Amino acid sequence: MAKRSAPEVNAGSMADIAFLLLIFFLVTTTIETDTGLNRRLPPIDDEKVEPPIIRQRNIFTVLINGRNQLMVEDELMELKDLRKAAVEFLDNGGGTGEDACSYCKGKKDPNSSDNPDKAIISLKNERETKYGMYISVQNELVAAYNQLRDRRAMELYGKTLKEMEANYNDVNWVGNKETLKERIERIKIEYPQKLSEVQ
Amino acid sequence: MAKFNKKKSGDLPAISTASLPDIVFMLLFFFMVATTMRETTLKIENKLPYADQVEKLDKKDLIMYIYIGKPQEAFQGQYGKESRIQLNDKFADLVDIKSFIAAERASKREELVPFLTVALKVDENANMGLVSDVKRELRKENALKINYTTKKGDISENR
Repeated sequence: MAKRSAPEVNAGSMADIAFLLLIFFLVTTTIETDTGLNRRLPPIDDEKVEPPIIRQRNIFTVLINGRNQLMVEDELMELKDLRKAAVEFLDNGGGTGEDACSYCKGKKDPNSSDNPDKAIISLKNERETKYGMYISVQNELVAAYNQLRDRRAMELYGKTLKEMEANYNDVNWVGNKETLKERIERIKIEYPQKLSEVQ
Repeated sequence: MAKFNKKKSGDLPAISTASLPDIVFMLLFFFMVATTMRETTLKIENKLPYADQVEKLDKKDLIMYIYIGKPQEAFQGQYGKESRIQLNDKFADLVDIKSFIAAERASKREELVPFLTVALKVDENANMGLVSDVKRELRKENALKINYTTKKGDISENR
């Protein structure tokens, strides 16, 4: 009798099985968003600590009311103007003597902030404020800080802060990570993010 | 001369579909790798707002998720139309946050507890009142690292 070869398995339905699996995964999975604005809440302090005296001119008040209108320093403002106003306030550098700011490029208005370290942005909202609006405002304020930090980083090291941080996290980056870390720290100290979310 | 009969007909030969499974498997593997299973079933509407100054959250196992939004239509009869908090798979009240944080902390190794971040996934139409209440609870529980989860995009898309 002639040698019989094993019959070939029909692979025609393999595609159907794979399609079935594919459709299952397509339907059941979602690409999760994992980006956002990081914030740090102030701790609740039990002891009665004297609150430090902050001069009125060092506080930049942003209030969002229940109808999603924006009031900045007691004046109505459009959302698109907020970033510029915040930059002007933070970068004012109106202080003299000990409080002087050597790297600020602002107008040095004596009625605005002394230096970026003293300047505090106070964000207030009402209970009826929409969350979407609140995030928009937070985003603009963070953008103001980022803009100033990037400008300072370009001046000092010729790179934006984002690039420096990307380099720092990059395993393949050739260079001294210690100095890079110090440089990043320095920028963050010169323009600290002092954003208070008042309840 | 039957031997030389033409066997061929004029039809085109069928295209081989033998490599179709390979292509489909390739797609399948891409989706399996690129997507993550949703751990909780959402019972609320959760349309996240947009922001462009975002930072990426890494270390997914060190994140506690708090969802806030209007109950979905199927649950509106029971829970009403006002924004609610959802923890894990069920609706919760403000007082439940305390036990939720404690449970999450207990489930992690002790040295990792200080790195825990609370991700607030809040619907863009929710009111800030509830969010403020949640933030106050978090402060009480000393869970101070928070993240407002947003989609990446221009803020003009927030309405």
